[in-house]
Amino acid sequence: MDFSVILGDALRGAISSDAAAYALMAIGLNIHFGYTGLLNFGQVGFMLVGAYGVAITVTTFGGSLWLGVVVGVACAVVLALALGIPTLRLRADYLAITTIAAGEILRYVYRSGYTEPLTGGVFGLQGFADEFYAINPLPPGRYGIGRVVFSERGLWILLVGWGLVVLATLVVYLLMQSPWGRVIRSIRENEDVARSLGKNVFGYKMQSLVLGGVLGALGGMVFVISTQSAHPDGYNPVVTFNLYALLVLGGAGTVFGPVLGSVIFWFLSVFLDSFLRQAIELGFVPATILAPAEVGAVRFALVGLGLMLLMAYRPAGILGDRRELALDVR
Amino acid sequence: MRHRLAVALLILCAGLALSPTALAQEGEALRGTLRGPDDKPVQGVKITVTEDGKQVGEAETSASGRWEIELPGPGTYDVSVDVDSLPEGLQLRQEGGETLSDVSVQPDQQRTVIFPLTTPGAGGAGGTGGPSPPPGAGEQDGGGVSGSLGRVAQLLVDGVKFGVIIAISAIGLSLIFGTAGLINFAHGEMVTLGAVVAFLFSTAAAGPGIQLIPAALLAVIVGGLAGGAMERGLWRPLRGRGTGRIQLFIISIGLSLLLRHVILVLYGAQPNSYADYTLQRALRFGPVSITPRDLIVVVLSFLALIGVGLMLQRTRIGKAMRAVSDNRDLAEASGIDVSRVILVVWVMGGMLAALGGVFYGLIEIVSWDMGFNLLLFMFAGVILGGLGTAYGAMVGSLVIGLIAQLSTLYFSVELQFAWALAVLILVLLVRPQGIFGRAERIG
Repeated sequence: MDFSVILGDALRGAISSDAAAYALMAIGLNIHFGYTGLLNFGQVGFMLVGAYGVAITVTTFGGSLWLGVVVGVACAVVLALALGIPTLRLRADYLAITTIAAGEILRYVYRSGYTEPLTGGVFGLQGFADEFYAINPLPPGRYGIGRVVFSERGLWILLVGWGLVVLATLVVYLLMQSPWGRVIRSIRENEDVARSLGKNVFGYKMQSLVLGGVLGALGGMVFVISTQSAHPDGYNPVVTFNLYALLVLGGAGTVFGPVLGSVIFWFLSVFLDSFLRQAIELGFVPATILAPAEVGAVRFALVGLGLMLLMAYRPAGILGDRRELALDVR
Repeated sequence: MRHRLAVALLILCAGLALSPTALAQEGEALRGTLRGPDDKPVQGVKITVTEDGKQVGEAETSASGRWEIELPGPGTYDVSVDVDSLPEGLQLRQEGGETLSDVSVQPDQQRTVIFPLTTPGAGGAGGTGGPSPPPGAGEQDGGGVSGSLGRVAQLLVDGVKFGVIIAISAIGLSLIFGTAGLINFAHGEMVTLGAVVAFLFSTAAAGPGIQLIPAALLAVIVGGLAGGAMERGLWRPLRGRGTGRIQLFIISIGLSLLLRHVILVLYGAQPNSYADYTLQRALRFGPVSITPRDLIVVVLSFLALIGVGLMLQRTRIGKAMRAVSDNRDLAEASGIDVSRVILVVWVMGGMLAALGGVFYGLIEIVSWDMGFNLLLFMFAGVILGGLGTAYGAMVGSLVIGLIAQLSTLYFSVELQFAWALAVLILVLLVRPQGIFGRAERIG
């Protein structure tokens, strides 16, 4: 067992651009679930429209990448409005089922032959982020220490991704200090109280949905720009479940919870992945019990187990305050 | 008239190769799994990769359809399938589709390439991507008889077939919500469990290889035991701790992820069919055709539904279930042992879900994620009928099955599941309590 390799992989995973993308989406979900108490299980839908906003604008219409970013954000706002108007009046569990269904509808539509001229159907779209890498100010080379090394392209998307995370965290911190944040949290604690104080609860929930959705779309953009490939089946409900797992792990309703959760989540999952692969290679785990292709499945199973244990024993997560977090507001 | 698309997708897919997997591996590669009609792997097909006209690697698909070609480095490659090595009766969907040009591979990327295939003469339309092929796909179609009325009749039959399977699987979901107040996200895995256990007993190489009917009965018993075990081992203790409803809901999502991927590891990613009742000639009634197997599945499903209905109406425990669903506190106050009723509901729900799984596996295919793919339609059916009501779940599920099939009259087959889910959102807009639900505040 070469633990320096495993640890190196895991550290690289923990600060990867994917971790930054998940952190961004989880910050958005934190605004929904952690602060407003909205059980949004369609966050992957926001990720999808953000990712495809960029991909379609550049690949299909030959537009600029920056226009694509604007389109992606606009799509997220439209989706939030379209999703929120019928569903925000529903009870939390109905909202969860409806949003998960909406995410799946989007995936079916984007992967269908009907929209293939636009979205590439099941084949997806590739190679649309050259413009982003063209403005890379870093000189070519390898950056990093030991096994944690990135190319100049990798480091560039990493810096932009984590820069966005810092920015989003700052915005959330300031918002939650503001009167707006207090109203949002009071809706989570007791919606009727907020309503009886004359607050427009529906309006506030909608603003929260739009804001968190836009962050989800930005996360989707970071995700596809780093791989230069948008493929509809990557946007399935399991992504949202992962986001919930890492958000609850870090601490829902805290400013740094989603960021910490994402870093730990990616560290652990890449660690486990690398560890299991080595164990199989070296014959510690017979291939008849666990084939290399099944390592991913073990990871998901453990995410599920972790989510169960966290919810049962420590629903406030690492950073959360149990008194602060009333999950069952209604 | 071939309304069912006999289109086979030859998919080269890398299964669970997600980005962290890619992170953990070094080097560039092209790879995938080659599947022919009805998802069977295609063996012995030659695939070559060239760079600027120079061959850099070739591979032949293995018995499980897999292939992988390692690349010298990142760059742009052309990938082609050797058409001559394809088995008889398979051809590429697009003309000239045997070569995919300019596939760009990033550093350290294991890239997946997809070649869609079709059987000669099948219409050009796309593959049935969704969670699974539409019910009945790949069977003999209505043939000869044309006219839209005949097609409507056939789609009605297909819709009922899909609908009853959703219905028997979903009754448990609805009753568990009604009695225990839990939205059980892991219900789909109970469906998968039933199908996989029946597969294990009947068809799997390691199993005893008994006939499918006793295997199905065993699966139903295992399903019931699993339902009871979940209630006793997990949900009752959690309720005792005073865990809140939303927490329970998220725990059930975790359980669903856990069970689904444990099944994936144990059962494998490859879908399989049961050995019994596979090749059958369709019976034809006027414009409608149905295989005897599917007909029996539909009849048995209806019998099961009627049985559940009678039990709810006539028996003591059935009445108790309805009473607890209706008003838990009142039922408890009038001397009903609510814990016991909930346990019975779990056992019954587990048995019905397992039965639904065997039927679904029989008319479709047994795969590790079949239950999860069915779950959203169960939710759609249950919410359409009214959460917590057994009869609502039956009617709602039938409607969802019919909508999924009838939508293909006007819209693409690929979107039939999207329409079924869209109905769910529409219902919540217009009548959130569902068809049979009692109007109460849910928002």
